[in-house]
Amino acid sequence: MSQERLTNQDETVSSGENSADPTSEPLVDSAIEVPGKNATSTGRTILRAQSFDVYYDDVQALQDVNIEIPEKQVTAMIGPSGCGKSTFLRSINRMNDLIDAARIEGELYFDSKDVYDEDVDPVALRRKIGMVFQHPNPFPKSIFDNVAYGLRVQDMDVDEQQVVEESLKKAALWDEVKDQLDKSALDLSGGQQQRLCIARAIAVDPEVILMDEPASALDPIATSKIEDLIDDLAEDYTVVIVTHNMQQAARISDKTAVFLTGGELVEFDDTEKIFENPEHQRVEDYITGKFG
Amino acid sequence: MSTETADEITSRPSERATVERMYRYVFFACASVSIAVTLGIVGLLGWNAVEFFTLPEVNPVGFFTGTEFLLSRDQFGVLPLLTGTLLVTIISAMIALPIGTAAAVYLSEYASDRARSVLKPALEILAGIPTVVYGIFALVYVTPFLRTFGFPLNTFNVLSASVMVGIMIIPMVSSLSEDAMSAVPDSLRQAAYGMGATKFEVSTGVVIPAAISGIFSSYILALSRAIGETMIVAVAMGSRSRMFDFANPLQNLWEGNQPMTAAMVQINSADNVSGPGFLSMFAIGMTLFVVTFLMNLASNRIAARYREEYE
Repeated sequence: MSQERLTNQDETVSSGENSADPTSEPLVDSAIEVPGKNATSTGRTILRAQSFDVYYDDVQALQDVNIEIPEKQVTAMIGPSGCGKSTFLRSINRMNDLIDAARIEGELYFDSKDVYDEDVDPVALRRKIGMVFQHPNPFPKSIFDNVAYGLRVQDMDVDEQQVVEESLKKAALWDEVKDQLDKSALDLSGGQQQRLCIARAIAVDPEVILMDEPASALDPIATSKIEDLIDDLAEDYTVVIVTHNMQQAARISDKTAVFLTGGELVEFDDTEKIFENPEHQRVEDYITGKFG
Repeated sequence: MSTETADEITSRPSERATVERMYRYVFFACASVSIAVTLGIVGLLGWNAVEFFTLPEVNPVGFFTGTEFLLSRDQFGVLPLLTGTLLVTIISAMIALPIGTAAAVYLSEYASDRARSVLKPALEILAGIPTVVYGIFALVYVTPFLRTFGFPLNTFNVLSASVMVGIMIIPMVSSLSEDAMSAVPDSLRQAAYGMGATKFEVSTGVVIPAAISGIFSSYILALSRAIGETMIVAVAMGSRSRMFDFANPLQNLWEGNQPMTAAMVQINSADNVSGPGFLSMFAIGMTLFVVTFLMNLASNRIAARYREEYE
């Protein structure tokens, strides 16, 4: 009997479908803690994808993605491995340009400009749309130089000292490092390094911050610090975060996009709605752990 | 069942141990050969050098302070040979280090896979050309070519030989530096691109600093190679040693000269194998060995000093 259940996946999924009750309690415990919309939300759309496809050579990684990401809110992207959520994130600031095999179709607007228009300079685009990666990747330089790096490559006419201090404060790292700014960033712990990377990203005052599973390589305490930080960041920035951790998405995001295998954006809505009463059965199966 | 298993895992212990021990000795012997030969060479070099310095017609202090090296007059000053070597090394470094580093940046950061698959083997072929060919090339083509720019070069001259030595060591710099740059984790490049850095800023501001210890090591190795280079200078720089002329620095480039290696070749082909002239070869060789040994030591120090952990 148990052997059968392990091998017959289709049946498991469909039985979940049958037992689903549309008025059921929240599917994930922590969904209760879903915060309301951020007070600073303007409701304005800052990123908009329209019939957006990405291919790696002949493999289609994203198909027909349509999404409107609101300004100054946290938008989470969840889905199983290989569903294309990271690909979408990296398409936004054209980091996929660095992969020769990647090719896109469709439109992706930042404000009113399609970022794949020929006259868009990816370097300039990335100065407006910062990025934090899965593994902390500080430069092998001092803490100060890490945060000041963007100011220097962008030739920004600002008071470096002041911007570095403000960025480290915003990243909740200042108190821990203020006496050792000239120490190597590599001497920090993993969680501190990741907050340093966030400070580095916000130092150049971008409009959007993309985060690609920023806490997946960190321990629970470091993770909770990053999550608190993301909440604060949404006051000033639009945050788009990819995460494997559904509880995390439920805790920190205002909107959630669910990608499922095949590079399809299945559902995009308020986080509360996604976690408590999703429209699609496949989304519910995924969130309740029946699939993926 | 259990006794059978016990038999299986305990059988033939002595034979296996013997074979294992034999392998160990074979590998040890192979490893020892190179060390023994090196020690032997250094020992004999030192022994013969001491013999030279204790000859009645040789003044040990004069060897290191003399500004003339002339076998026919028993003048054994090593300084002109040493400055000749330094001259070649400095000029070739001025050519090879910037070009080699830039080539490494191109290969590691800019080149498409296709371009890299053509260029890397091409550079390695450059490293495989016998140096005597470089020497003849310097003599027959480079000197006339440089003359067209108005350089008043003698037939045998320091400049074209040094240019050729520089070209010869470019592949060494570029290949080793590229290895060091390719080893820099992609996450650092992504971080920099994500900050809106251009390719040039990523290469110079992130990749080179992160790879600097490997790059420095390649420099030192290439310089050691330039110092020890013999055929190019023996063919294209003539056979007359000249003390460096501080009054006319550029004049030193237009004329021929004889570095330590070329002097040793010349002495070795002389007839007398017992006189002070012949033995002076070992003293020069010892000096050369000490110079390159110190450079290798410095290389290790520098590599350790600038080593950066990336992760």
